[in-house]
Amino acid sequence: MAEIRIEQLHKAFGDFVAVRDSSFTVRDGEFFVMLGPSGCGKTTTLRMIAGLEMPSSGRIFLDGEDVTHKRGGERDIAFVFQLFALYPHMTVGKNISFPLRMAGVSRREVRERTQEVARMLQIGHLLKRSVAGLSSGDRQRVALGRAIVRRAKAFLLDEPLGALDAEFRDLMCEELRGLHDRVGATSVYVTHDQVEAMTMADRICVMDKGEVLQIGPPSEIYARPATRFVAGFIGSPAMNFLTGEGGAGASAIRVKGGAIPVPRLHEALGSGGVIVGVRPEHIRIAGEGAMKGRVFAVEYMGARQLITVDTDAGRLRVRAPNTMRVETGEAVGLNFDTESLMVFDPQSGRALASDHAGAAHG
Amino acid sequence: MSARATTAHSVVEIKAAGKWFAGILVAAYALVAVIPLAWILMTGFKSPPDSISYPPKVVFEPSLEGYVNVFTNRSRQTPEYLESLGPPKAWYDKISRKRNMVITGPSRFAGRYMNSVVIGFGSTFLAVFLGTLAAYGFSRFKVPLKDDLLFFILSTRMMPPIAVAIPIFLMYRTLGLSDTILGMILLYTAVNVSLAVWLLKGFIDEIPREYEEAAVVDGYTRLQAFIKVILPQMRAGIAATAIFCLIFAWNEYAFALLLTSGNAQTAPPFIPIIIGEGGLDWPAVAAGTTLFLVPIVFFTVLLRNQLLRGITFGAVRK
Ligand SMILES: Nc1ncnc2c1ncn2[C@@H]1O[C@H](COP(=O)(O)OP(=O)(O)OP(=O)(O)O)[C@@H](O)[C@H]1O
Ligand SMILES: [Mg+2]
Repeated sequence: MAEIRIEQLHKAFGDFVAVRDSSFTVRDGEFFVMLGPSGCGKTTTLRMIAGLEMPSSGRIFLDGEDVTHKRGGERDIAFVFQLFALYPHMTVGKNISFPLRMAGVSRREVRERTQEVARMLQIGHLLKRSVAGLSSGDRQRVALGRAIVRRAKAFLLDEPLGALDAEFRDLMCEELRGLHDRVGATSVYVTHDQVEAMTMADRICVMDKGEVLQIGPPSEIYARPATRFVAGFIGSPAMNFLTGEGGAGASAIRVKGGAIPVPRLHEALGSGGVIVGVRPEHIRIAGEGAMKGRVFAVEYMGARQLITVDTDAGRLRVRAPNTMRVETGEAVGLNFDTESLMVFDPQSGRALASDHAGAAHG
Repeated sequence: MSARATTAHSVVEIKAAGKWFAGILVAAYALVAVIPLAWILMTGFKSPPDSISYPPKVVFEPSLEGYVNVFTNRSRQTPEYLESLGPPKAWYDKISRKRNMVITGPSRFAGRYMNSVVIGFGSTFLAVFLGTLAAYGFSRFKVPLKDDLLFFILSTRMMPPIAVAIPIFLMYRTLGLSDTILGMILLYTAVNVSLAVWLLKGFIDEIPREYEEAAVVDGYTRLQAFIKVILPQMRAGIAATAIFCLIFAWNEYAFALLLTSGNAQTAPPFIPIIIGEGGLDWPAVAAGTTLFLVPIVFFTVLLRNQLLRGITFGAVRK
C-alpha cells in the first residue's frame, strides 16, 4: 500500500511533448483515474510511474521514497497492460504465478497464493488451461490476477476494459471496483471513457495534450469543471456553451437574444467576452424565460427527454422530465439554474472564480 | 433465383477445379524433385554392374556393396592370395571378396562426414545465437544508425559469397585458418548471420513489447525476460532460421573445395572424389550422398511443425 507522488513530471519524445510538468499525488488506497482523450499522455505518465519510461525531468516518489531512477522491477508496482500481455506459451496458472516464480517464493506458497487469487477472481477452474482459448473477460481476470498475486504496493491499469464489448464493460467496472475495495491497494486507472471514470473513481485527473487540467472527486469535476475542456469532456450529453459579454461584478451575461443571470464573478473580464457553460439539466423550459427559442428536436430517453432548442445565440440541449409536452417547432422560453452555471475565459479556457452557493450536483 | 443458384454453384466448381489444378501442379513438381532423390537412394543399394546397366534397372537385387565401399579402402588381389587368407571374417569382408578385393582399412568418409557435422551444426548454432542477440537488439533498443546497419548487414548477401573467395583464401592462409574446422565455422557463420539477423528480427518485431515490459515490472531483469518470455515465443522463428542456416552450411561446396583439403574437408567436396578412387563406383557415391542427406531430412521432419508456423508466422498472427 502506498502513496504515489509525482512532481513536475515532464516527458518529451524529440520535439514532441507527451507529458508537460504534471504534478499530483495519489493517496494511499485510493482509486485514482486518469481521464483524457486519445494521445493526451496517459499511458506515458503511467509508464513513467512503472519505470518503463524515463522522464525527461521531474521526480516520482513512492511512499515518500524517490524512485525516479529505479528500475521498474525495483519499484514493486504491478502493471495491467492495455492488451493484457498474457504469455501464450504458459497456462493460466503459470501466467498468474509468473511474478512469484522468480522472487524466491517457495513452491508451496506460489501454489497457495495462485489458488487464492484465482478463487477471488472466480477463475480457479481455469488454472490448467492455456490462455489462448479464453474469453476476453477471463483474460482480463488473469491479467488482474497476475497483478494481485504479488501484493504490490500499487496497481497501474492501462485501459484494462478497452478490449471488452460495452455490455461486459459495465460488469467488469463493478467487479474491478469491488476488487479494489477488497484488496485496498492504491490504483491508478487510465481510461478515455468518462462513464468508466465517473463510476469507479475516488478522484479523477483530467488530462489534455500532456497537461493535467483538474484533479478532484467525480462530483466536483462534473459540477465545477476547472476549464472549458474539462466541462465539455465530462458529461453526456455535453455541456452547452454560449458566448456573451459582461463586466466584473456583473450579475448577468448578455448573449444574443437575451441575458443569462450568473453567480457574481470575482474576476475582471477581458475584452474578448466570456463563455457561459450550462449543463442540459440546468435549463428549464417555460412559457417565458431569460431566452427565447424554438424546439428543434425531442428525443425520449426513458425517464428523461432531451430537447434541442434553437436560440439566437446557438443550439442548446435541455434535459427535461418526460412529463413535459413540447412539439417540434414550438416557441419556448428558457430559464437557467443560476447557481450551477459556469463562466469561462475564452482565451485561456479557465473557469472564472465566482460566488457559488455550495456544489450543485448533477 | 435460379441465376443466383447457378452463380453460387459455379463459384464452388471453380474453387474445386482450382484445388485439383493446384494439386496436380504440386504433385508434378514433387515428382520432378523426388525422382532424382529416389534414384540416388536406389543406386546406393545396387551392385556396381547394376548401377551402370543399360537400360537402367528399376528392379534389382539389393546389395550393401555401395555402403561398404564408401566407408572402406580396398585393394584388388589375386584369387590365390585371397584363398590363402582363409574364409572372410565379417559380412563386409564377404562382400568385397566377391569382387576379388581385400579391405585394407577405413576410408576417409567417416572423418569427412564428422567434419561436416561439426562445421554445419557449429556454424548454425553460432549464426542463430549471434543472430538472435543482434536481432533482439535491433528490434528493441535505440541503436544509432539502425537502418544503415541493418542495410549493411543485408548488403553482405547482395553478391554471392564465392565472389570474395580469393581474398578470403589469401586472408585465411595468412591467418592460418586455411583447412581448419574453426576457419570453416567462422566463414559459414559470417555468411549466415546476416540472414539470421533479418529473419529473426522479423519474428521478434511480431512479439509485443508489453510481454517483456510486464516481466520487467514484475521484477525480472531484461535478460531473464528475454529468456523466459521472448525465447519461448520465438521457437518457431529460431527453428526456421536454423534450418535455413544448416542447409546452407551443410551443402556448401565451393568454399569447402577451395579452403579445405587434408584436415577440415567436409563431405560435399569429398563425395565426388570417390568416383575417381577405383573406377566409376556409383553405388558408393550414391550411398555417400544418401547418408549425407539424412541429417537435413531428419531435422526438417523433426521441426516441420515449428517450421510451418515459422514460415507462415506473419500471416497467421492478427
Ligand atoms: N516512444 C514514443 N516515441 C514517440 N512518441 C511517442 C512515444 N510514445 C508515445 N508517444 C506519443 O506521445 C503521445 C501520448 O501518448 P500516450 O500513449 O501516452 O497517449 P494516451 O493518452 O495513452 O492515448 P491512448 O488513449 O490512445 O492510449 C502520443 O501522441 C504518442 O504518439
Ligand atoms: Mg494509452
